[in-house]
Amino acid sequence: MKIVVAIKQVPDRDAPVRIAADAKWIEERELQWAMNEPDAYALEEALQLKEKHGGEVIVVSAGPERVGSTIREALAKGADRAIHIVCDDLGARDALGVARLLAQAIKPESPDLVLTGLQSEDLGLGQTGVILAELLGLPHATLILHVEKTDAGLKVKRELEEGWFQSIEMPLPAVLTMQSGGNKLRYATLMGIKRAKTKELRAVNAAELGVEAAPTVALQQISAPKKQKATQILSGSAKEAAAALVEKLKTEARVL
Amino acid sequence: MSGILVVEESRRDGSARIFQKTLAAGRKLAGLTGLELIAAGVGDQDKNIFLQISGPPLLYGHAIRHPLLENYTSDGYVLAFEQLIRKLEPNYVLFPHSYQVRDFVPRLAAKFGQVLIGDVTAIEDGPLFERQLFQGRMTATFRHEGGGPCFASLQNGAFKADTPSGGVMNIYEFIPEIEPAQIRTKPGEPFRESAQTVDLGSAQRIVSVGRGIKGAENLPLVESLASALGAELAASRPICDNGWLPMERQVGSSGQTVAPKLYLAVGISGAIQHLVGMKGSQCIVAINKDPDAPIFEVADYGIVGDLFEVVPALTDAVKAGR
Repeated sequence: MKIVVAIKQVPDRDAPVRIAADAKWIEERELQWAMNEPDAYALEEALQLKEKHGGEVIVVSAGPERVGSTIREALAKGADRAIHIVCDDLGARDALGVARLLAQAIKPESPDLVLTGLQSEDLGLGQTGVILAELLGLPHATLILHVEKTDAGLKVKRELEEGWFQSIEMPLPAVLTMQSGGNKLRYATLMGIKRAKTKELRAVNAAELGVEAAPTVALQQISAPKKQKATQILSGSAKEAAAALVEKLKTEARVL
Repeated sequence: MSGILVVEESRRDGSARIFQKTLAAGRKLAGLTGLELIAAGVGDQDKNIFLQISGPPLLYGHAIRHPLLENYTSDGYVLAFEQLIRKLEPNYVLFPHSYQVRDFVPRLAAKFGQVLIGDVTAIEDGPLFERQLFQGRMTATFRHEGGGPCFASLQNGAFKADTPSGGVMNIYEFIPEIEPAQIRTKPGEPFRESAQTVDLGSAQRIVSVGRGIKGAENLPLVESLASALGAELAASRPICDNGWLPMERQVGSSGQTVAPKLYLAVGISGAIQHLVGMKGSQCIVAINKDPDAPIFEVADYGIVGDLFEVVPALTDAVKAGR
């Protein structure tokens, strides 16, 4: 099976995010970056499918030069080769614009399966994979936890709300967006990191793909979220704060 | 034609309230734009509440009917709604932000060269659509630009349910053209993994643990606190994804929805997927090292600090206070 995995580099979950001076985006300098976690699950599923059925895993990622580190991480984990869509204005494109870039890069590969995470941890739009399916003219399914190859195509396990699931059968080629938690993520081995350096990493300039950055939905401003409740912060040492909390829970909130 | 198309999702239960929330958002948008409201949904009278709650500001609706839409498929719904929207040419199309909407509406919007403004928490003058970024750590406003319908989905709970009163609504039947071969996926019946042995929904007190706990080996720390409080132990999604606690202890949009008297969140940052499952709790306490963690937006009491110091101290204080 020839599998393409679309991955995104996002700010590291533990990195503090600060609003940039123009309030249009966050301050990117000194930020640490990581592979979007749902995309890491998509990569893991792709690697396991390859181990079972053979084939090739190709990673595609769009973004500026820094994205290279996340691509190399995917190669070190076991992807066979990668395409880096070099693009410095990712933020100026909406989900359709980004999906168009990815679709242009993926089309010539004619993959059997395209996997990506269900959403990104930064924008959280959860649309790129679904739009990608539309642009590639392929069937899709979202929130997938398990993928099983059948004679007719695929049988996938889809998560529904509140603890419900559903099986879906579909033909190949197809696009799936992966939910986290279906597999255990692997770490890159030393050998993998070494091998990654010899693997093909092809850079394509976004301009060469002939996709314009003309968003239909534009971000106006970002701000710190409004508080929904007035939180009483209990300060002091751990012991003092704990004692104060127990007192409050007993006498004020009356829940103990 | 023009207007705001408010879409009902037919589901097993809870359909009415969810539609009324989407309708409330539609009413807000109607107030800002002067456009009229139109309802639409797939299915019949017994499935669709909009066919029953007619009246101002909702004067007419479109019932989409087709045998191939009996079971939800993204292909079927995209085809049906594309045809309806091309016919009605609304300025806005509003949906609830459900798993089903997330599954087909991005594809539907792409048919019109549009993107969905998803998980909207507020609509303000402009109109500007507000939604969260960075797992709830930032709020952003978005504006729809250029022509074509604007697609938006509303976060459940962002708008209070709205019941129109009196009046008669005209219902138009809409039968889309769909061929069996156009539906490429074959959906199975929804199922549950196994009988739930933990009913977090009826727990009076819950101690819930998140990524901050770092590893399964540290769980006894929160187990001791839960036991001292007589509380059930719960978790945010990553803890269950890692297999540190069973999935049935997960609170949030993909797990259980809880509303105990006391919800104590330990090392949980408070991504929206978690908050929707617990923000109805009577008293919320958050322990987190990051003072900017979104969990503090909904907390009544907070301790900013290292949970590895605070939790044992709290367990001791609870025991001492009895």
